[in-house]
Amino acid sequence: MTTHGSLYIALVLVLVLGAAFPLGAYMARLFEGRLRLLAPVETGIYRICGIDPTRQMTWAAYAVALLILSALHFILLYAILRLQYYLPFNPQHIAGMAPMLAFNTAASFTTNTNWQAYAPESMISNGAQMFGLVVHMFISAAAGIAVAAALMRAFASGGLKTLGNLYVDIVRITLYLLLPVALIAAILLLVAGIPMTFDGFATIHTLAGGTQTIARGPIALQEAIKELGTNGGGFFNANSAHPFENPNALTNLFEIWLLLVIGFALPIAFGHLIGRRREGIALFTAMALILGLAMAGDYAAEAANNPILVHAGIMARPGNMVGKEIRFGIAQSTTFNTAATGTSTGAVDAVTDSDTPLGGLIPLFLMQLGEIAPGGVGSGLYGMVLFALLAVFVAGLMVGRTPEYLGKKVQSKEIKLAMLAVLIQTLFILAGTGFSLLTGSGLASLANAGPHGLTEMLYGWTSATENNGSAFAGLSANTPLLDYGLGLAMLFGRFAVLIPVLAIAGSLALKPKLPQSTGTFPTDGPLFTGLLIGVIVILGGLQFMPADTLGPLAEHYLMLSGKTF
Amino acid sequence: MRREIRPALSLVLLFTLVLGVALPAAFTGLAQAVLPFQANGSLLERNGQIIGSALIGQSFAGPTWFTPRPSALTGTDAAGKTIATPYDAAESGGSSSGPTNAGMIARVRSRIAAYRKTYGPGPVPDDAVTTSGSGLDPDISLENALRQAPAIAAARKLPAATVTALVNRLAAHRLFGVIGTDHVNVLKLNLALSRIGAP
Repeated sequence: MTTHGSLYIALVLVLVLGAAFPLGAYMARLFEGRLRLLAPVETGIYRICGIDPTRQMTWAAYAVALLILSALHFILLYAILRLQYYLPFNPQHIAGMAPMLAFNTAASFTTNTNWQAYAPESMISNGAQMFGLVVHMFISAAAGIAVAAALMRAFASGGLKTLGNLYVDIVRITLYLLLPVALIAAILLLVAGIPMTFDGFATIHTLAGGTQTIARGPIALQEAIKELGTNGGGFFNANSAHPFENPNALTNLFEIWLLLVIGFALPIAFGHLIGRRREGIALFTAMALILGLAMAGDYAAEAANNPILVHAGIMARPGNMVGKEIRFGIAQSTTFNTAATGTSTGAVDAVTDSDTPLGGLIPLFLMQLGEIAPGGVGSGLYGMVLFALLAVFVAGLMVGRTPEYLGKKVQSKEIKLAMLAVLIQTLFILAGTGFSLLTGSGLASLANAGPHGLTEMLYGWTSATENNGSAFAGLSANTPLLDYGLGLAMLFGRFAVLIPVLAIAGSLALKPKLPQSTGTFPTDGPLFTGLLIGVIVILGGLQFMPADTLGPLAEHYLMLSGKTF
Repeated sequence: MRREIRPALSLVLLFTLVLGVALPAAFTGLAQAVLPFQANGSLLERNGQIIGSALIGQSFAGPTWFTPRPSALTGTDAAGKTIATPYDAAESGGSSSGPTNAGMIARVRSRIAAYRKTYGPGPVPDDAVTTSGSGLDPDISLENALRQAPAIAAARKLPAATVTALVNRLAAHRLFGVIGTDHVNVLKLNLALSRIGAP
């Protein structure tokens, strides 16, 4: 580790956390419907779409509307991918996607996962990227934030039967947050060198006398919403390691900022909305501590380099450069990859599969914790609130009182729903990994032998279930087993969490808001933040300890003893 | 349930038309008009002919050129066999080899031997023998470029100091001591090299 590398991590945290406070205040005003600047545009959209903006939805109606919206979007994307050959903006004449891959990809982009079992350059047209994937990047991000907003409203007042209007939430979040920020970001990324063209691949004669074909397309706009909406679906196979997605160290820093900023602004918005800002800061602090430690740990692991290669004759400094780009080096690559796995972005600017074992374990562990540091846009906040409910429950058990959170009594119904959401994820990750490794097809998908192979499969199921989309890219994921299996894992990982969250919100909204008494366990200080982190690590992390021990930890000690596979 | 179909379907179609078609079309038009160089991929010209992108690495072999990093990209030949296609920018990606992958370690060992044979003994800069994340890395570390410079000067019958000075002139440095790395763009370096003397 070097001083400038550590300073870089500090710089990222300062830039993100500093921006989260004003953005959080702005988002609270947005969720309360107090932003009226674009009211005529809103009214026009409601009229065209037949939306009644005054209608208030119960939690069940909100969930049904969300499921129908997602299902329609899923079907449309599936159709676009299958038919892309016949659709406009296909300069390379790319054929339609096969059914199983189209199912996997549609599930992936509907759930904000952006797992990519396809190689974009040769398997998806510019058109399908634009009106298929990019549209999903906006809608799935807005939907996640909408659910978080609904949950916040449940805490904000007592005796409430309804949570808001899903369509209005999605339209407003897109108009006032995602679209303006993404547009400004796209302009900056274009200036920095990210292409925006409808022309096909360029064929050129190189300086040394050969020929080279260069893939390009309408990238700048996709890149902006890809990071801002914690989507992660790259225009290219190499994702943000590709120079056209991430041309230099400044774009790298900006992309990290974009993918973190809404996630950290949400707990601040939460604090504003419930009128108790310190409560939001307590959740924010837990997120920041987990992410900061992960960034430092991942940097240390990669800077330590691979002793087998150092012994073979490479310089020990700067660190493990396998799969990394020179313009980013060690610290700037590991910071990007921890930020992208602490959120549910899943973009990469270096190949995680080639990281040292501990360098690969940290992104994996961040996903296993349940994507809450700070998590995906919206999903991170509601995931964190689930853990907060479990933390007050644990604290309540210790002193024998009915737990309360933010003035709402937490009873067995809420705890059962919260545990359901947590355990469904565990089931898919562990059972999916185990089952895949018992099949010949699963084993044939592995690119590396030994414990690293186990990590590849575990990472894939974790990434899909947690809706991250990051990959140990050696895994050949375009097989019937993994296309369908991971597709289902993504759908359950999204909706089997989101529906219990809305049910909890509906139940809590109805309850009266209790005044604070001397017996109330304070949830706005360091004691609660510490307890919360403890519950996250024990509940989110320990379930995966045996699997992580057999994969990355075993590989780490074997690497130190010079064993290869 | 049926009352949701109309608003949901209309919203999906409206978003697809506005965000998926109108917005990218308008933004591309604007980009092409205002910043055509960036919008088309930062393509570099030499004597009126496009010779590459400033952002994308390309293959250079032989003693008279600065050598880029190894590239892990592969393709298939006419017979369907997998072949190495380094710096083929119609695709992208890294090797995906893990740290205990015996094949990867053997490849790095043989690259170390080749590097030492051409540029002299000693520990080899990490980036010279490892594949990048994109397979298209346009840069090499400053350390690596300075190690290559004397051999290239000798092959081109130039004073070693001239080539070393060229590397230092084109080098990019870490911004404010924190952001970025010390490196050189290989295409720009070789382009400058080709201008000061024929190989």
